Amino acid sequence: MLTMSLMKDIKLGGSIRLMPKPSSPAKEHLLVARHVTKSFGTFVANDDVNFTLGAGELHALLGENGAGKSTFVKMIYGLLQPDSGGFEWQGRPVHISNPQQARAMGIGMVFQHFSLFDSLTVAENIELALPETMNREQLRTLIRTRSDDYGIPLDPDSMVADLSVGQQQRVEIVRCLLQDPSLLIMDEPTSVLTPQETDQLFDVLRRLASSGCAVLFISHKLDEIKKLTSRATILRGGRNVAEVETAEKTTHQMAELMVGETVDAVKSGTGPVNGEVLFSVTALSREAHGPFDVPLEAISFAARSGEILGIAGIAGNGQDELMSALSGEWRGQQKGVIWVGQTDVSQLGPQHRRHHKICFIPEERNGHAAVPQMRLSENALLTGFQDDGMVKAGMVKQQAILSRAELISVTFDVRRPLADPHAAALSGGNLQKFVVGREIIKQPRVLIVAQPTWGVDVGAATFIRQTMIELAAAGSAVVVISQDLEEIFAISNRIAVLSAGRLSEPQPAAQMTSQAVGLLMGGVHLSDDIDSLRAEGG
Amino acid sequence: MIFLQPRTSVPLYVTLLVPVISVLATLIAGGLIFAVLGYAPLPALYEFFIAPLSRPDQFGNLLVKACPLIIIGTGLVFCYRANIWNIGAEGQLIAGAVGAGGLALSFPDTTSVFLLPGMAVCAILSGALWAAIPALCKVWFRTNEILVSLMLTYVAALLIDWIVRGPWRDPMSFGFPLTPYYPDAGLISALHLPFIGRLGQLHWGVPVALLIAVAGYFFLSRMLGGFQVKLMGDAPRAGTFAGFSPNRVTIGVLLASGGLAGLAGMIEVSANIGQLQPNISFGYGFTAIIVAFLARLNPLAVIVAGLVVALAELGGDTAQISMAIPKVVTGIFKGILLFFLLAGETLTRFQPVWVDQTGKFSKKGQKTI
Repeated sequence: MLTMSLMKDIKLGGSIRLMPKPSSPAKEHLLVARHVTKSFGTFVANDDVNFTLGAGELHALLGENGAGKSTFVKMIYGLLQPDSGGFEWQGRPVHISNPQQARAMGIGMVFQHFSLFDSLTVAENIELALPETMNREQLRTLIRTRSDDYGIPLDPDSMVADLSVGQQQRVEIVRCLLQDPSLLIMDEPTSVLTPQETDQLFDVLRRLASSGCAVLFISHKLDEIKKLTSRATILRGGRNVAEVETAEKTTHQMAELMVGETVDAVKSGTGPVNGEVLFSVTALSREAHGPFDVPLEAISFAARSGEILGIAGIAGNGQDELMSALSGEWRGQQKGVIWVGQTDVSQLGPQHRRHHKICFIPEERNGHAAVPQMRLSENALLTGFQDDGMVKAGMVKQQAILSRAELISVTFDVRRPLADPHAAALSGGNLQKFVVGREIIKQPRVLIVAQPTWGVDVGAATFIRQTMIELAAAGSAVVVISQDLEEIFAISNRIAVLSAGRLSEPQPAAQMTSQAVGLLMGGVHLSDDIDSLRAEGG
Repeated sequence: MIFLQPRTSVPLYVTLLVPVISVLATLIAGGLIFAVLGYAPLPALYEFFIAPLSRPDQFGNLLVKACPLIIIGTGLVFCYRANIWNIGAEGQLIAGAVGAGGLALSFPDTTSVFLLPGMAVCAILSGALWAAIPALCKVWFRTNEILVSLMLTYVAALLIDWIVRGPWRDPMSFGFPLTPYYPDAGLISALHLPFIGRLGQLHWGVPVALLIAVAGYFFLSRMLGGFQVKLMGDAPRAGTFAGFSPNRVTIGVLLASGGLAGLAGMIEVSANIGQLQPNISFGYGFTAIIVAFLARLNPLAVIVAGLVVALAELGGDTAQISMAIPKVVTGIFKGILLFFLLAGETLTRFQPVWVDQTGKFSKKGQKTI
């Protein structure tokens, strides 16, 4: 009975909500979604979503992780079917039952994760995706002319493995364009790109739109959405909460719509500091052990008391390898590589490094920094077992770990369903606050943290960044490894860039522009070049 | 479509009731099987599950049967909690029995009270040594411990076979593959209970087994070592991040479970047989795997699970003698019981939810939020 009444409420709420007004009613609608609902088991991913898209429009689909963006576009592309509600394409109701049908209708999609064969050429990859076979020579000419038309020249004979990520994305785009789509869906396309590559992509998308192909652009990066699109549909918790003209809203306002709460800005960090060096790395190298490892090449940097050193870089450029080398989970043969103050800790494991008041927060919350199946108190024990009073004669002191977990939760505003729940019962943001708080409460002299706000809501992210700024202000050295450039610029005193396992010389944040960082991300390493980059960027 | 939805809270009485319901369901399903096989269901069930407990001394025999299962099961719980799959407890049991037997047979005339503790130490070391082979192979060469430990079981079985037929054979055994009897000092004596006296074949190994299970529970739930074991099973990367060595845990749990299996082998021989022979175990090392899982990898529950499985074994013997029901039926019972217990466990943790095509819940009273 409860179910039925709840369901009714939801339905009612949906039907009385005003339909978003299309921006230009005169323009014919390319795609209309009406009351689209999709659930997976008991989880409602899309709840009564209404949506309109005009021909040739650059439209953004905005929302946090898990807001239902991907589910929605997968239904447009025929990978999923709505439980109720439906779509109209060019004014006619349609049932899109599979991607082949979607492509035949003129809908193309570029996924976040590419579906290309590394060992085949560009032309071969594209040929594989074509509905009917085509003369190889004709195809190669077509690829050349079509990619030139859109300003993304592609060599049909180059191996996909030899292309950069940005170029691989172009192959995916060209593959869609060959089928003359009227709608191109891009799922988080910029998450793998440098700022320069992003700008180039935007040029291509604008050109596409002006030639009449609508673009549905999925992102959670507000700056990009303002830059590229005219309208944005904002999803939150599976529901369409707003449709805005991007020019009329500030990024701050859009963020609030996206997360559904007011967002405080981080109090920004201070300028460069000249405290004593608390942590230094000299010529850290690491060979690749597996096919997916990135070798580290002579990485050197120093972190001073009172500063936050930001290490930017796109995922997969050696961040995991660097983090495990810094924490001691991986140890090389060399001595004198990693120093805490004047002590060489190169040969010490994580638990012995912690004795020197250095703490670590790895990127992955689930199963690395914390154990979801264990209680918060046991997770407090994970890095606290060497602290006074936690373990005596091999026995875990229950009272001590419970009160430690309680202290962390209260101090860092960790919202829990119970006093000592399993870590899995916490939301991502709250678990991350716990994981960060667990280390900060130990008042480390040095804190090394990877992706501190990955996948957490804006409120928790702001809180965590503020906490790190305060730790540095109290005299500790903080090293933040992050892919989030916005975050790096918001909190760092100095910035270095990790690219293909090499680290650029750290530069004062005030002198770095996102363009300079972007070039470094793209693999420019020589420190001589930095000044010229800076000149260009500034 | 049916979805399994995690339950947010489970009342304690449900947790306690579920195994009881599972056992009842096993009885019903078992009765049906007897009926199909042409035996009268109720008398057959009586022979299987009631007759073994109809006399007090039978209860003693049940404990004796459960003794090695509880000791080995506790050791296996350590391994499985750490995600190390020791399938070779049977071989480690044999190795332990041989190690202890070696010491006992070296001092045929001794009356020393130190012989029995010495044999226990030898058994633990031999069992641990046998388990050290898969442990070190895994750590050094990244071999699969399932295969290595399982294959070593057959090596151990052939080893004891050769020993009792060859070097250690009793010259007075008329050619039978048997060693001489152990000296009395190497035998485990019967346990005399206050007011009751002897209870079947109840011996001092049984309280030792119970103590081991309780100590195992304490270790896993209260000690840093137990925390490391659980950590290695739940999240090995987190274990490494904390600073614990995965190799040390791998070796530790394998040595511990090997040692306990070895001890179980020594107790089995010293309490029930008194000499080495080709077959000293009735597959206890394998049956203990079921026991560990029935106990949901909790050492305290291993005691109960050991008794339940021992009852099925004992009942199989009784039913074979009195009603000529084939002994393999015992195996079927173990399977059915395992099925219902695991089903009950799943239904305790998850709630089946029927969802129709439109994604709406059709189950009455289902809370969606």
